Amino acid sequence: MTSRADAARAHGLTRWLVSTPPFVFLLLFFAIPSLIMVVASFRFPGEFGGLAPLVPTRPGEEAGLTAENYEVFFGDWVYFQIFLKSFGVAGITTLICLVMAYPVAMLIARSPKRHRDLMVLLVILPFASNFLVRVYAWMIILGPMDLLFSRFAVLLSMVYVHLPFMILPLYTNLEKHDPALLDAAQDLGANGWERFWRVTFPLSLPGIFSGSALVFIPVLGMFAIPEILGGKDDWLVGNMIKESFLGTRDWPFGSMLSIMLTLCVLGVAAMAAWLAARGVKRA
Amino acid sequence: MRRLALVIEVVAIAILFASVFAGAARYPLMGGATALLAGAAFLGWRSPRRSMPGFWLWYLSLLVYAFLYLPLAIVVVFSFNNSKLNAEWVGFTLDWYHRLMGNADMLQAAGNSVLIALTAAAMATILGTMAGIAIHRYKSRVLPGMVFTPVAMPEILLGVSLLVFFLNTAKPALASVGVEFDLGLATVIIAHITFCIGFVAIIVRARLAGMDESIFEAARDLGASPWQTFRLVTLPLILPGVIAGALMAFTLSIDDFVITFFTSGLGTKTLPLEIYTMIKTAVTPEVNAVSTLLMLLTLAMIVIAGRVAPEVLRGKE
Repeated sequence: MTSRADAARAHGLTRWLVSTPPFVFLLLFFAIPSLIMVVASFRFPGEFGGLAPLVPTRPGEEAGLTAENYEVFFGDWVYFQIFLKSFGVAGITTLICLVMAYPVAMLIARSPKRHRDLMVLLVILPFASNFLVRVYAWMIILGPMDLLFSRFAVLLSMVYVHLPFMILPLYTNLEKHDPALLDAAQDLGANGWERFWRVTFPLSLPGIFSGSALVFIPVLGMFAIPEILGGKDDWLVGNMIKESFLGTRDWPFGSMLSIMLTLCVLGVAAMAAWLAARGVKRA
Repeated sequence: MRRLALVIEVVAIAILFASVFAGAARYPLMGGATALLAGAAFLGWRSPRRSMPGFWLWYLSLLVYAFLYLPLAIVVVFSFNNSKLNAEWVGFTLDWYHRLMGNADMLQAAGNSVLIALTAAAMATILGTMAGIAIHRYKSRVLPGMVFTPVAMPEILLGVSLLVFFLNTAKPALASVGVEFDLGLATVIIAHITFCIGFVAIIVRARLAGMDESIFEAARDLGASPWQTFRLVTLPLILPGVIAGALMAFTLSIDDFVITFFTSGLGTKTLPLEIYTMIKTAVTPEVNAVSTLLMLLTLAMIVIAGRVAPEVLRGKE
């Protein structure tokens, strides 16, 4: 009996030893900073940027907590518009990625097994080059054609940077489809288009939703592409956040924007998860 | 006939690639390539379906693969071009690489990048492996949210929250006990560990999920202590996953721009930060040269990771 109790104690100890270090690290450098950000979004900006103290250090100083940042946000249509624009850019990017990813994912899934790994590797390789290098590549191509600093340049490189995120989950899904379903559809008289639209496509919905989330969410927070390749009207939420922290140094406002962005991301992720689960049930 | 159409398409893509280097002949060549692409599509459409049922998938996929590779190929080719402008092919030179080797800022940034990536990858591998085991074996309930959220969030959110944390919380707290602390190498390393832990944990967990649980029970029944079980059974089995995770963390860290941008402060530069400054101020083929070198490094990492643990390359799910 004692040895079993010892074993249980040893098991509990190992469990504790294994879980604690990552837990403490992430508590300190992920969970707490996130909470600080929530609090910061309710604070006043400091006189020289940053945050004002929570307790006033001298009379007349703005200190403590306020909902002012949120009031400014909801009181002015401009900020709302930038969020809408970010959603628009993310939506269009996701759609273009989907249209471009589908044939590739389908081709890989229908190729002989021994070729698939190589074809997937060929999708991943360009994605392994530095993100800024991939943006820079478009500067070289679009520069002499006078297409830089435009909405077109922004969308093009957004698609370029995120395309593999759509291809991979889509391929993982399509690979699992049973080819017998397509044969059955053909025997029942469905032509090529009908077989795609009524069999393959509905079955691939979970892959589409997870790929879409992987493209949509990073685009929503992107600041480098609009900054490098876009004009001033191409600014997205990410640019506003960056500007609040490093430009105007109004940290509370930047924190508020980050919180709003987090809420949007959570909403999108929850919706993608829900749609994917529903897609699985229906299929 | 449909195979011929695909050959025509490949030729058209090659012409499109060449057009970027052609200077004044750029637009005629592009027009020609577009006409050839349309011709190939027409030929494929008119040919009998039986000759190649997957024609359209191939036709479209080739275009997408070209879209993925042409921009990078252009960066590489221009890094050997004997001209200050990335506009037209003039002649071959290694000048830009020589110049890079003499660029003290760039070399220091490269040194920083490697130092950060090695430290961050080592720490993230240890913590990430622990997290992967804790989540899979011990069904930890709090860890998954904390480990996987930083991976799924837009990077800027982690970057700014750490910026606020380091400057507003950690700096005064440490100053009050007499420790001087500011943004720099250490904060970048911490930030990189934070987002790399999740990637390592995902790979390690996937590796554990593919294994037979009864091996561990057998080890325990044979009287192995938890530490012996880990060292003699678990670790050798998950080692490929751990190594792949480490390589992945190294690659992510050395390539990271956004999080580094917010946590590095003014004095510390890494390669991506240098590239960012260069493409925002003066674009010269030196950027191409450093990009090409960075690409080679990442490529090597991926090939090694693929050798050690092929499952890493199979989708991100």
